[in-house]
Amino acid sequence: MPVKVMIPSPLRPYAGKRDSAEFHARTVGEALGHLTTEFGELRKHLFTEDGKLRSFVNIYVNDEDIRYLAKENTPTKDGDTISIIPSIAGGTRAGFVIPSEATDLSRPCRKGFLIDNGIGSLRSGKP
Amino acid sequence: MATTVQPQTGAKPVTSLSNEEILRYSRHLIMPEVGMEGQLKLKNAKVLLIGTGGLGAPLGLYLAAAGVGRLGLVDFDVVDFTNLQRQVTFGTSDVGKPKSEAARARLANLNPDIQIQSFETQLTSANALELFKDFDVIVDGTDNFPTRYLVNDACILLGKPNVYGSIFRFEGQATVFGMPDGPCYRCLYPEPPPPGLVPSCAEGGVLGVLPGIVGSIQAMETIKLILGRGDNLVGRLLLFDALGMKFRELKLRKNPNCPMCGTHPTITKLIDYYEFCGVRGEEAPGPTVQVPEITPRELKARLDRGDNLFILDVREPHEYQICNLKGHLLPLGELTRRVHELDSSQEIVAHCRSGKRSAEAVDFLRKAGFRKILNLRGGILAWSDEVDPSVPKY
Repeated sequence: MPVKVMIPSPLRPYAGKRDSAEFHARTVGEALGHLTTEFGELRKHLFTEDGKLRSFVNIYVNDEDIRYLAKENTPTKDGDTISIIPSIAGGTRAGFVIPSEATDLSRPCRKGFLIDNGIGSLRSGKP
Repeated sequence: MATTVQPQTGAKPVTSLSNEEILRYSRHLIMPEVGMEGQLKLKNAKVLLIGTGGLGAPLGLYLAAAGVGRLGLVDFDVVDFTNLQRQVTFGTSDVGKPKSEAARARLANLNPDIQIQSFETQLTSANALELFKDFDVIVDGTDNFPTRYLVNDACILLGKPNVYGSIFRFEGQATVFGMPDGPCYRCLYPEPPPPGLVPSCAEGGVLGVLPGIVGSIQAMETIKLILGRGDNLVGRLLLFDALGMKFRELKLRKNPNCPMCGTHPTITKLIDYYEFCGVRGEEAPGPTVQVPEITPRELKARLDRGDNLFILDVREPHEYQICNLKGHLLPLGELTRRVHELDSSQEIVAHCRSGKRSAEAVDFLRKAGFRKILNLRGGILAWSDEVDPSVPKY
């Protein structure tokens, strides 16, 4: 029985709209490697250019944070569930996702997460 | 283990209920877990709601109905039509009114025996500590990262519980941060996602019931904290998937090296949260990238003149169904893959809902060698305002 990787909604557009995927993997790093090989677009959302897991990406094996286990070397066994936990701010716009391919990633984008509503002030109260 | 919140000292605690109150709260009073003692705890409690929107709606309604003696409502926004799909505190007649005041009036009608203060102001590093200090529990019902970190840090500095809830599309998260032995928001999310991250309206949206469910969970946790009953969500992140109708929970640990709540905190006062989240300079609205534009009126004039223009709609198919300008639909996310569908020798006008996604599309196509391409300034929203009001805005 393989390891199941749960894909949160903000990342599903980059994973063929799937909510989960299953792989045979001995560690968390291996499972995420398979995941980003199968769904190439996911890679930049999870890893930096030098291959490190992005600091704002939380990965859990079952109900434990891998930061408190062996990070990406955390062993996995058949039947385990790996969860990618997005940081969501709430509201009708999401956080967490790197811009689309149509955006030049080398250019610093200052529009942040309220990209389409033109409101940049520190808002309270419109989830 | 149940954790109780100690009420802020100050005003003398109320020690009895009126006969009207006894009748109103009878379904609480006949439960031994609440009883007269619990109801008096509620009456003496002071809860501050940050945000009176989707999460704030069930929070305000249930906490007022439950008899929380003093409620503070912080919001500087104004009610608009798009709020009514989920912000159930408000009615159609509230559109255009300040949210904090509209919510205050609604909750005062629900329960005239409690005190409700509305603060029509933005929560900032300058006013947060002053606003928070008189309340026992802070409830975070906001919608953006800078305010999330600000609420967290102010709660840690003042030693107040922070009842957290957050939503996206069909998914919700809830927990309680800021308890002495529990983790804080920074233990879970040490850093915000970098700026520039997020998509577009194409990926946004929220099913109206979702904030109702997550806000209700926050209300329940707030009441349990006040009563000191039950197991609260300290150290547990509750995940709710509305589509699969599943609840899961993850363990949250207090990070001993947390810069805010760890053993040697390095953040000892409130900071600039725009800067921290990388959104400085975001205030000026406008397209993400500078590209050649055409105004809706110019486009109308050119179409009326019979100019041969190719209208490129870079929104999503479900948005096309809401309204369209009879353009060729090619979602922004598929542009790189389907660019061959476009003829670079033809003059193209790209548009989306507000002009931002199409600006990205124009920028991309120009880099790909397209020279005769313009962005419709303001998108369909501006087209509806300036050319054809029969096109609905969404």
